[in-house]
Amino acid sequence: MALFDFIFYGFAALTVASAGVMVFSKNVVYSAVGLLFTFFGVAGIYVLLAADFVAIVQILIYVGGILVLLLFGVMLSQKVAGVELRTGTMNVVPAALVVLGVFVVLFRVITNSAWAVQAPTEFEPTTATLGTLLMTDYLIPFEIASVLLLGALIGAAFIARKN
Amino acid sequence: MLYNFATVFVFIVFGALFVGINLTLSRLIQTRNPIPVKLSTYECGELPEGSSWIRFNIRFYVVALIFLIFEVEIVFLFPWAVVFKKLGMFAFAEMMIFVFILIVGLAYVWVKGDLEWEKPRIVPDQRYATVPQEAEAGELVA
Amino acid sequence: MPTPVFSANLTLTNLVTSVNNLSETFTSFLFMALGAIIITGLAAVLALIGVYLERKISAHMQDRVGPMEVNTEIPLLKKIGHGWAQTLADAVKLLLKEDIVPDAADKRLHLLAPFIVFAATLAAFAVLPFGKNLIISDLNVGLFYIVAISSFVVIGIILAGWSSNNKWSLFGAMRSAAQIVSFEIPASLALLVVIMAVGSLNLGDIVAFQTGGIHKWLIFQYFPFNLLAFLIFFIASLAELNRAPFDIPEAESEIIAGFHTEYSGMKFAMFFLAEYANMFLVGVVISTLFLGGWSSPFGSFLNGSAFFQVFWIALKAFAVIFVQMWLRWTLPRVRVDQLMYTSWKVLTPFAFVAMFGVGLWMVLLK
Repeated sequence: MALFDFIFYGFAALTVASAGVMVFSKNVVYSAVGLLFTFFGVAGIYVLLAADFVAIVQILIYVGGILVLLLFGVMLSQKVAGVELRTGTMNVVPAALVVLGVFVVLFRVITNSAWAVQAPTEFEPTTATLGTLLMTDYLIPFEIASVLLLGALIGAAFIARKN
Repeated sequence: MLYNFATVFVFIVFGALFVGINLTLSRLIQTRNPIPVKLSTYECGELPEGSSWIRFNIRFYVVALIFLIFEVEIVFLFPWAVVFKKLGMFAFAEMMIFVFILIVGLAYVWVKGDLEWEKPRIVPDQRYATVPQEAEAGELVA
Repeated sequence: MPTPVFSANLTLTNLVTSVNNLSETFTSFLFMALGAIIITGLAAVLALIGVYLERKISAHMQDRVGPMEVNTEIPLLKKIGHGWAQTLADAVKLLLKEDIVPDAADKRLHLLAPFIVFAATLAAFAVLPFGKNLIISDLNVGLFYIVAISSFVVIGIILAGWSSNNKWSLFGAMRSAAQIVSFEIPASLALLVVIMAVGSLNLGDIVAFQTGGIHKWLIFQYFPFNLLAFLIFFIASLAELNRAPFDIPEAESEIIAGFHTEYSGMKFAMFFLAEYANMFLVGVVISTLFLGGWSSPFGSFLNGSAFFQVFWIALKAFAVIFVQMWLRWTLPRVRVDQLMYTSWKVLTPFAFVAMFGVGLWMVLLK
């Protein structure tokens, strides 16, 4: 097994294990730490896909922004450590059916998609290409993104103010 | 490029290893004498009262929200800045539209007072507001 | 792009297709590990020097002498005097201190927090250019990477404050996190003028752009916008380091020691070390971005060998650090609402102004 595959499986294992911790942990802050390592694992996988800029963006936005937001939110609510995160198990059969349905859909999507099964061999820096593309081919989505961000900002500030 | 990122990863691992080695070394040669007083929560020497989780102001959360929006904007600004020299006026104008829309957002949040942090209210202490007559006289009468 | 000195004759773009060439990958790993060990040692030593400098500089500014006692008994070293071994003694002392974890604290998170804070700080040292070929990891997105790594530190601080299960730790941690996060925006915006001028995120390229003499340093280009950006970045980095005048989270008289109240012994030493290592990181980053990095201000004079390059960057970094310490012992502490006001209502608009200014200048006049 080549070194590249070994590193990839390592990061994949880190991501899946941390996601497991995040989902199954009873303590909210432990889940947040699991999420931290999940983001880190995903960033590692981005690097292996030659997406160096996106890997750093992953760390910057997800760890630096969303995880901080999440932790602030957790710590703003009182008596968090005593709260049992799992609600009682009711409606097990309908839930199992829905989960099974989602699983089947995802499985079909994964097996039928045309994935690129070759690891990239050219590791070119991507930042300059991204910049050029944003300004030329993808200009409209780029400007719409700014309007979207504006809407998110105003909406979030408005909701937080009401509280 | 992979080599550089691998080096970075090795650095992170060695940083954690450095801390681990130091903590283990310390654990081996430190004194250990846990008595209840040492293990209680510190509150300036007083006994801690109240639960540890106080209800925090919503301001922290609002600041983090606004930070997130502007951080995403900065993520768009970085690749643009890298190719700025080559692309000229058109790219500049496009980016200025983008930045302007978000400056409108900043102005909105500013005007609506979401960036305000509470100013401390200064309440004059009534007890020591005036110096008693006897002390001003200068003579200490026992 | 300068080739890292440790890569020797390995062609590493072939890492993907190299199959089981264990000796080759093992040697490259060995080089990486060696680099990591050297830089870890360097960061630790620099942090110790920083602590000593802080005590001496603050002492002389306050018209006293500071630590003079600890000079070791070795005759030659004893002659240096001035208590140079003080921080060594402090380090040994902290090693011997008991690691008190309060009963109410969350032990696992309490242990995890110093790891995250220190590892993140150290990881940023990997991309710093100390000389033309003295970069451990010449990342193409080096500058962006340094911006991102500070977000790891925020998480570490929040976890430290939370896990201590102490009102004051939590409060200090939240304030510290809010402070760092608020000042990250003007800091990143101020960096944009550097990137626009150079056209690359690679720190080696940024320094190469500024070689050739003091007139080429980025702080003097596009006057006054780059100077404005430099000032904004300097102030914002003071806040990100939690240093005075923005040191509310560490305000000793107000909330004891903030998020590291409940830490003792070596764990506390790790936080302390991380803070001073971070200070050096900021010093080197500012020197690299605005003050010409390892290049000499006299052009090609005194610029030749690696020794001079390291000398110049060390000199500039120490100058920046000296100014930071000077500010700490001169200015009073800023209130938290003044701090937020500064970041969002003063620094951010000015950073946008700097960006517009440089952009217009470059487009209209080049």
